[in-house]
Amino acid sequence: MNGRELIARRVAKEFSHGNYVNLGIGLPTTVANFIPDGIHVTMHAENGILGVGPTPENGNEDIDCTDAGGNYVSTQKGAVFIDSALSFAIIRGGHIDITVLGALEVDQEGNLASWMVPGRKVTGMGGAMDLVVGAKRVIIAMDHVNKDGGPKILAKCNLPLTAANEVDLIVTEMAVIEVIHGKGLLLKEIAPGLTIDQVKAATGSELLIADEVKFMEV
Amino acid sequence: MSIKKVCTAQEAVKVVKEGDSLMIGGFLAGGVPNILVNALNETTAGNLTVISTDTGVAGSPSHELMKSGRVKKVYASYIGANPETGRLYITGEADIELVPQGTLAERIRSGGAGLGGFLTPTGVGTIIEKGKQKITIDDKVYLLELPLKAHVALIKAHIADEVGNLVITGSSRNFNVVMASAADYVIVEVDKLVKTGEICPNDITVPGIFVNAIVVKEEIS
Repeated sequence: MNGRELIARRVAKEFSHGNYVNLGIGLPTTVANFIPDGIHVTMHAENGILGVGPTPENGNEDIDCTDAGGNYVSTQKGAVFIDSALSFAIIRGGHIDITVLGALEVDQEGNLASWMVPGRKVTGMGGAMDLVVGAKRVIIAMDHVNKDGGPKILAKCNLPLTAANEVDLIVTEMAVIEVIHGKGLLLKEIAPGLTIDQVKAATGSELLIADEVKFMEV
Repeated sequence: MSIKKVCTAQEAVKVVKEGDSLMIGGFLAGGVPNILVNALNETTAGNLTVISTDTGVAGSPSHELMKSGRVKKVYASYIGANPETGRLYITGEADIELVPQGTLAERIRSGGAGLGGFLTPTGVGTIIEKGKQKITIDDKVYLLELPLKAHVALIKAHIADEVGNLVITGSSRNFNVVMASAADYVIVEVDKLVKTGEICPNDITVPGIFVNAIVVKEEIS
């Protein structure tokens, strides 16, 4: 199992039966492949579907049934189509149980930077700012370090924020870290084969260490 | 209820004048009024403001519109799928205001609903709050966001009846629904026009009161 699959499988274990979930583009989308048996969740696509189903079979693609990445999707039984204002009322109104998003940086206050690197190509924040503020629980699914090997989990984000103090859980290929708002980051699990010191060395902020740090189970 | 104008796309978009603001419905490639934007691309009015969640995708009529040099101001939430909008952002040739997607939808809804704005927690603590009034209610901080309206809205629906009631299918509802309410003149591109009374009132997505002109998609032979 590669690191990204480990992350996706571990995030999927956070879902409870009956949850309404919004998955961001990229790695977060793959979490849908690993939802445990017996757990049914309803996927929200912010462009206007509550109850997103799998990719349709060849020939069944419909331009009136796409997700927020513009991909053709199907609908689950019980799905509903909604317009953008209602879709974001659902998000901002606190009706989405969990959103899973990627990140450029996360810090010990639960601040998230995920949408902009000054001086580089800007694509816009899309629905991310509303999702992070509105969802009951914000899970960040990302690589533990950046492409240069530098930490993405920091004492303080350097990049422009997506939202302040909203992240609840960080899942990487190295660790599961909970944001204890007002206190800091609590290391709860590490990947099999790693040591706590290795995770600390790859992290750019102080870590509180849980009484019993477990190995990540998927 | 009044019978709405049914006309060609070319005739409908003549209403767009120099300096106008335009709302364009759709989300990436879904629910975009491509025939109307194509017709707009054949006209010349410049100094336009475009309000669109993403300004469309590469290779679409909206891409051509952004390349025309006629767009001076843009309100959008995501511009990663239209390379020209990204270029205009970097060069500063157009003023591109990035707006969180939910805030964009609600600003348009406010414009159409006669509201003076609304309070949202989205953007608090980010660069989005710059220049905006912050208001605390029950210990929670909100930004005051102002309404958006436009001179003309170009939207897409599946079916219209003669009085402008619309059925919009699936995920193509997106921004088409709120934009219908927020412009002085609303042009809808539809796949099909039916007689008034043929659509069950239960099935109408957008009431015809908002709609001014209907353009029926031409049969492709």
